[in-house]
Amino acid sequence: MSGNVLVYLETEGEGLRKPAFEGLGAGAALAAALGVELHAVIAAPNASAVAAATRPLGVTVVHVIEHADLATSLAGAHCRAVKTAAAAAGASWMLFPATILGRDLLATVAGAMGAGVAADATAIDVADGGDVQITRPVYAGKALQVLVARRSPFCIGLRPNAFPAMAAGEPGRTETHDLPAAGDAPAARVEEVKAPETREVDLTEAEIIVAGGRGLKAAEHYELVEKLAAALGGVVGASRAVVDAGWRPHSEQVGQTGKTVSPRLYVACGISGAIQHLAGMSSSKCIVAVNKDPEAPIFKVADYGIVGDVFEVLPALIEAVEAAKSA
Amino acid sequence: MKIVVCAKRVPDSAAKIRPAADGQSIDTQGVENVISPYDEIALEAAVQLKEAGVASQVTVLCLGPKESTKELRKAMAMGADDAVLVLEDRPFRDPTATAEALAAALEGLSPDVVFCGWKAIDDDSSAVAGLLAARLDYAYASFVVKVEGADGGLRVSREVEGCEEIVHVPTPCVLTAQRGLAEPRFASLKGIMQAKRKPLAEQAPAAAENASELVALTPPPARPAGRIVGEGAAAVPELVRILRDDVGVL
Repeated sequence: MSGNVLVYLETEGEGLRKPAFEGLGAGAALAAALGVELHAVIAAPNASAVAAATRPLGVTVVHVIEHADLATSLAGAHCRAVKTAAAAAGASWMLFPATILGRDLLATVAGAMGAGVAADATAIDVADGGDVQITRPVYAGKALQVLVARRSPFCIGLRPNAFPAMAAGEPGRTETHDLPAAGDAPAARVEEVKAPETREVDLTEAEIIVAGGRGLKAAEHYELVEKLAAALGGVVGASRAVVDAGWRPHSEQVGQTGKTVSPRLYVACGISGAIQHLAGMSSSKCIVAVNKDPEAPIFKVADYGIVGDVFEVLPALIEAVEAAKSA
Repeated sequence: MKIVVCAKRVPDSAAKIRPAADGQSIDTQGVENVISPYDEIALEAAVQLKEAGVASQVTVLCLGPKESTKELRKAMAMGADDAVLVLEDRPFRDPTATAEALAAALEGLSPDVVFCGWKAIDDDSSAVAGLLAARLDYAYASFVVKVEGADGGLRVSREVEGCEEIVHVPTPCVLTAQRGLAEPRFASLKGIMQAKRKPLAEQAPAAAENASELVALTPPPARPAGRIVGEGAAAVPELVRILRDDVGVL
């Protein structure tokens, strides 16, 4: 008999991050298939306020753990919070978003509890015999792995944009727990945080990505990519060639040695489509490519292509998108 | 300060990946192997810490097949002092069993710092470093983009959601490297010659069970054939219509 499902809900300010709602969606489906309860945990310095403001749906119990030590993005305190919630929830299954903190928690909670791990899942299915099957891309999406969980408890990481967000259900009751004290071993400690003025949406969570490649010819022409991203309400990505050339920061690189993304729309501008780039973006729902070479490999994965010079096509596209948005 | 860098042998990112008939592994025909790029960044950072006088020894630890000797020699040519190869004994090993085998080897090496890439580019799990930190009860800091010596340990910068976080990490600790931390050097001819004489120990892995079973390894579903909307700026109105009516993003 399986225990319950516990979903880790990552907070942002007074609310929850988008992957939290996808976690609830994935968790609700898994709990229903196993015939067990769905629980959630919110661990933050303002966890009670976040729980009251967001009232997560479809959950039997929201476990609330509030402590000043949870202000950091280091895993230590969060790991203790999740362990506490897992014990209270009677959890056999723990779901985490594949964000920076979520990845660290997936591994440290599993290590601390002796649990199994499957990271970056894109699907979770329960087979007839009750086996929980986890599908996850490997080699940045060049292959898919199907794993069956063979240990209890078991921790699963969820790729952003791969699971439907929770949209229905009743809000559950709230249970408050204390954060257990840290062990004796010295732990990492934040000394300073340098925050930018505006926090950009992380590429892996973005709904729309506009990425540029060598076809843009120089760093200053990246303005075209930025303008198109702004017009579409998306964020900017880059090919490895562009990052290696120093035109764009490492954090924007899409591909096997950068970020693996699955947005609703991926627009590739002047990107030829090296195999390691295609690996990182070919699970996007819709791919649009603009490239002057009709033989470029990017057109093999694109749903819609325009063969043409980026310097001719992008200005026209920016203008037309802006006009369509304001219409 | 003794640093152990965990380095995995993986197919190069330019390699075509074809699942093999056994449903557990990939067809290795024509596949070039390399040190996983993020592990190589961790190695470079460790060697730089030694050159800066912060570290006294850099050992590279690999769990992999006998052929990984080539990657370990390369790591020593880049500046690692010695290497330990834990010989892989199975076609599929999950993060739980990997961390168990590495933890057992690390206990024998008693490092001050364990440095890994934030993920290996074959399995993409990004879980082994965190599992190791929890299993060994070491301090842990991930996604490190800067590292320097500090009182009682190291001071690192983490790249977290667009912020830069400065963190003091006491030893013993596990760190993971993100791009931007260091640019891996090319091994010099002298380095390559010296590496041939550096110690490389082989050992059998400690017993460790997988927590998951691999039931299938398949190619990703093929994307349905797309279409060329048109050529040049003339195709823009039709593309915008598609984005509005078919994709629904406008």
